[in-house]
Amino acid sequence: MHEMSIVVSIVEIAESEAKKANAEKITEMELDIGTVSGIEIDALNFAFDSIKHKTMLKDAEIKINIIEAKSICEDCKYEFKTENVYTLCPQCDSYKTSILKGKEMKVKSITTN
Amino acid sequence: MCITCGCEGNENEIKMTVFGEKSETKHNEHTHSHGHHHEHSHSHEINLETNILNQNNLLAERNRGYFEAKNIFSINMMSSPGSGKTTLLEKTINDLKNKVQLYVIEGDQQTMNDAERIANAGAPVIQVNTGNGCHLDADMINKAVKKLNVKNDSIVFIENVGNLVCPSLFDLGESKRLVIMSTTEGEDKPVKYPTIFENADICIINKIDLLPYLNYDIEIAKNYALRVNHHLEFIEVSATTGEGMEKWYEALLKMQKTQE
Ligand SMILES: Nc1nc2c(ncn2[C@@H]2O[C@H](COP(=O)(O)OP(=O)(O)OP(=O)(O)O)[C@@H](O)[C@H]2O)c(=O)[nH]1
Ligand SMILES: [Mg+2]
Ligand SMILES: [Zn+2]
Repeated sequence: MHEMSIVVSIVEIAESEAKKANAEKITEMELDIGTVSGIEIDALNFAFDSIKHKTMLKDAEIKINIIEAKSICEDCKYEFKTENVYTLCPQCDSYKTSILKGKEMKVKSITTN
Repeated sequence: MCITCGCEGNENEIKMTVFGEKSETKHNEHTHSHGHHHEHSHSHEINLETNILNQNNLLAERNRGYFEAKNIFSINMMSSPGSGKTTLLEKTINDLKNKVQLYVIEGDQQTMNDAERIANAGAPVIQVNTGNGCHLDADMINKAVKKLNVKNDSIVFIENVGNLVCPSLFDLGESKRLVIMSTTEGEDKPVKYPTIFENADICIINKIDLLPYLNYDIEIAKNYALRVNHHLEFIEVSATTGEGMEKWYEALLKMQKTQE
């Protein structure tokens, strides 16, 4: 389950920034996760819950912004919302589509005190 | 904290063993500093916009620079368990070892089995046992390459942990990414596990010797894969009979050349 290493990376980013700011704990954290990023939100939450007690995020409120995916068709330039990377272009049936949005995986911000 | 499982202890040790040398166990370096305790701190928001895999990506870029400086062609091989990664490597080593210097980094959760097979085939190999970890990361490759003492102008094969999901997100600094699917797995793997196909450069379809016994339609499999990644190139082989392997060697040596 790669979500565990994802969570550990998130914790490391958040903690190192919080320490730079001389904070004692993190009260809030905001993440941006795209629907085609390869990260499962449920697995992420599960992994986070199993380790957060030993981190500065133990009482933090986590906000996950889910970024909906959007593709463009290279043949007809049609832009469309999608839930995966393999949907054919709804306008011309081409398979030559590329993801424009939805691959995000970011720690957007933390709030400390 | 350990990057593969979040553990604090030593249960999940990363183990690296150059075949023929004594093994060495190493936990991913943990530093347990606990923030400074300043009183009267105030609630405040810090904007970061940091990519979650930033640390791995930075290390991967360092590996890439190292490979480029030494003119090493590296290839990250990913597939589900049992698709034939090691068999393909054994055959490739047998056929190419007198033409070009080859090295292998073997990723498995446990055992030295694959490293032993590679050593028998005749290439220097380091086994990385990831314990509970389901993928290799850039830090492991960084250490493995140095331990292997890789020579200039060589090819480094990285056999990732058999898993169609997790390895896809972790850039290792490789020159190219190869995904293998085999005819016994069904045609729809590319749409069931799209991320790994989306990020690959080449796709080998292995075990074509079994086609007469299976209800497997190669064209359907390719179509699924192309939907996910329309830049993907396909090579059909049987790593056991050797059918199609010439095409693979041609593609491999061409990729190595164009990198120079
Ligand atoms: N018929 C046939 N069998 C193959 C072929 N390639 C590999 N196999 C068999 O498939 C099984 C698994 O092969 P491996 O090379 O160990 O697979 P792997 O991908 O390295 O597996 P892991 O390292 O465990 O993920 C072995 O029994 C091989 O002999 C092939 O082209 N044809
Ligand atoms: Mg293997
Ligand atoms: Zn179109």
